[in-house]
Amino acid sequence: MSKCSIGLLALSSLFLSGAAIAQEKIKVGVTATLEGTYTVLGEDGMRGHQTALNVLGKKVGDKELEFIVASTDATPDSAVRAVRKLIEQDKVQILLSPLSGDEGIAVKNFAKSHPGLTFINAASGAQETTYVDPAPNFFRYNMDGAQWQIGLGKYAYEEKKYRKIATVGEDYSFIYTQVFGLVLEFCGMGGQVTNRQWVPLGTKDFASVIAALPDDVDAIYLGLGGADAVNFLNQYQQAGGKAHLMGGSIMIDQTILSSKGNAKNALIGTIAASGQADTWEDPGWQKFVKAYQDAFPPNKRFPSPSLLATNYYNSTMALILALRQVNGDLSNNQAKYKEALAKIELDAPNGKIKLDSNRQAIGTNFVTEVVDDGKGALFSKVVKVIPNVNQTLGYDPAVFSKIGLPSRTVPECKKY
Amino acid sequence: MSRFVERHPAWALITIIAIAVALWLVFAVWPPGLEEAIGRKRVFLNAVFNGITLGGLYFLVASGFTLIFGLMRNVNLAHGSLYLFGGYIGYAISTSSGSWILGFIIAFILTAAVGVLLQVIVFRRMEGQDLRQTMVTIGLSIVFADLMLWACGGDFYQIQTPNWLIGPIELPLITAIKSSGEPVYLRYPMVRLVIFIASVIIGVAMWLALNRTRIGMIIRAGVDDRDILAATGVRIQLVFVGVFAFGAGLAGIAGVVGGTFQSLSPGEDIRFLLASLVVVIVGGMGSIPGAALGAVIIGLAEQLGSVYIPTYAIVVTFLIMVLVLAIRPQGLLARR
Repeated sequence: MSKCSIGLLALSSLFLSGAAIAQEKIKVGVTATLEGTYTVLGEDGMRGHQTALNVLGKKVGDKELEFIVASTDATPDSAVRAVRKLIEQDKVQILLSPLSGDEGIAVKNFAKSHPGLTFINAASGAQETTYVDPAPNFFRYNMDGAQWQIGLGKYAYEEKKYRKIATVGEDYSFIYTQVFGLVLEFCGMGGQVTNRQWVPLGTKDFASVIAALPDDVDAIYLGLGGADAVNFLNQYQQAGGKAHLMGGSIMIDQTILSSKGNAKNALIGTIAASGQADTWEDPGWQKFVKAYQDAFPPNKRFPSPSLLATNYYNSTMALILALRQVNGDLSNNQAKYKEALAKIELDAPNGKIKLDSNRQAIGTNFVTEVVDDGKGALFSKVVKVIPNVNQTLGYDPAVFSKIGLPSRTVPECKKY
Repeated sequence: MSRFVERHPAWALITIIAIAVALWLVFAVWPPGLEEAIGRKRVFLNAVFNGITLGGLYFLVASGFTLIFGLMRNVNLAHGSLYLFGGYIGYAISTSSGSWILGFIIAFILTAAVGVLLQVIVFRRMEGQDLRQTMVTIGLSIVFADLMLWACGGDFYQIQTPNWLIGPIELPLITAIKSSGEPVYLRYPMVRLVIFIASVIIGVAMWLALNRTRIGMIIRAGVDDRDILAATGVRIQLVFVGVFAFGAGLAGIAGVVGGTFQSLSPGEDIRFLLASLVVVIVGGMGSIPGAALGAVIIGLAEQLGSVYIPTYAIVVTFLIMVLVLAIRPQGLLARR
């Protein structure tokens, strides 16, 4: 009995001393999709995160940042499970999470039940996350899917003279938001979206989907990502597809453009829009690309950072810079920190970023076209840069709210 | 056949009408009214072909599973891991040597070797203890999944289709008539057709081997009564090892096929284990023709579902399983 209690005492003193050391550290939980369809996206997101740490360092005053990573698989329940584990078991104080659209909505709702902690969105881009009933402790430094499509509809209509298009997309909130942005602009110009096909996230066999693509349209818009996009392209090549393509922000992205095999060559010449363009000549962007390339050996990274790497880089940067502004002060339910986060303006590699009253990013968007660099590597070449894109896409908020929330059928194809 | 018609005239009539309708849908030029109601014929034909070719892939995985079950009464829940393992091997070989065919051969040999090890090291020690074997295979599948994640990472791999198989071919099936009166023929990916034909050949060869050769006779006798077979002097353990190796090798080949027209990533093992479970439950545990029928039904259900009721496509498969379990719990083609 006495032996046992001595043991317990020793153990508890060990834990206490552990807790004493942890006081010097600020614990940050990070989630990324390191499993399932979006594995590649999660991995490159983590590379962006690491690049930011290389550039900025982990010190905040006399405190050290400690990052704890948890894996998700793009489903909302996996994200909530990971976040809960980070908070309850690892006792993190700040969260950098999540990566994917549906996850974002779930984590935002979860954030409300922990008002004392701070949640910084890592990369998710569903509109609803910050537009509907936003959580006061949830901050998003990347634009949403609709903002990322601004300019594409106009470019397709005016420059490419597309009049009728059809869309194929994964059946979840982020792609709804992307198609929302596209349809709003393209139909506003007078174009027609004749058909919207939705496939479950993680679809392997696209053959029937490809067969069902209409052939009386000028172009087909692809809103796919990760393994789905690669599977689609592979089977599209096998089926001998020849249509003009347009791409969403995670379709025309290094995660797909540098995939193995030659199916991706179908994408050469494809127009797309995203929060970044691989070949942008801005010095800030070039510096970031260099930092990313220097951080990892060539076979452990993409030739150029993906959108996910950029988003993780930016959100990590916001997290650290704001924390330095308040000198690591997380007292009083992190009130000062949250204030600093809301106000901070990021000089991000992909253009200046500031937050609106919903703590949603206002940033720069890029229309791009896929080019071959002559050595078999594909890049997105910048065609147009559009600064200051806000969440209501330049619409009057009252008009915007009448359009409805992005879904399979919203918005209707008309001028609002 | 004639006895079936005598016994169930109503069912026979319904079956004949269904077959006639299906044939008409495939071969006739659809009238405009029908196209308006259920979409273009090209979409329908493609979905049907995709369903059948996907069924070919499912058959490759499920036939090994059902063969092993039929002979050894062993539900090998690590079968999906063998599929994924074969796929990774096929990827490694075909990218390093540039030969797609060589990928198949080596994947077959190596997964068969793993199968032999499994049988000799694991299953022989717990013969006849169904529950223990099932639990052990679940454990093994988790261990294998993590080992493969460690070795290959979470990335998705795609086995390069050889150049001579890329692109579509025209099939002599008319999908529509142009306004100029010129018929439009169905264009279909060649690689899928080749893979389907290969799986039909494997299926027929397996059926012949089981029903027309001496080894097949031994296996069938073993399915009926292992103990008596062993008593006649057949070295039953050797037969077990052989069947297990062959079943595992088939899963390995299926992995290469799956890696070619879909992709390989962690989680695929569970997906294909589930698919082959559903296939053999529908077709009947232990029956090769049952696995073929089940695979085609599930493949068709998935593909037609994904075109005509995309939201509920996943449910259809399980609905079929529930129906079969309710009406004919032993499976469609199981022996009594």
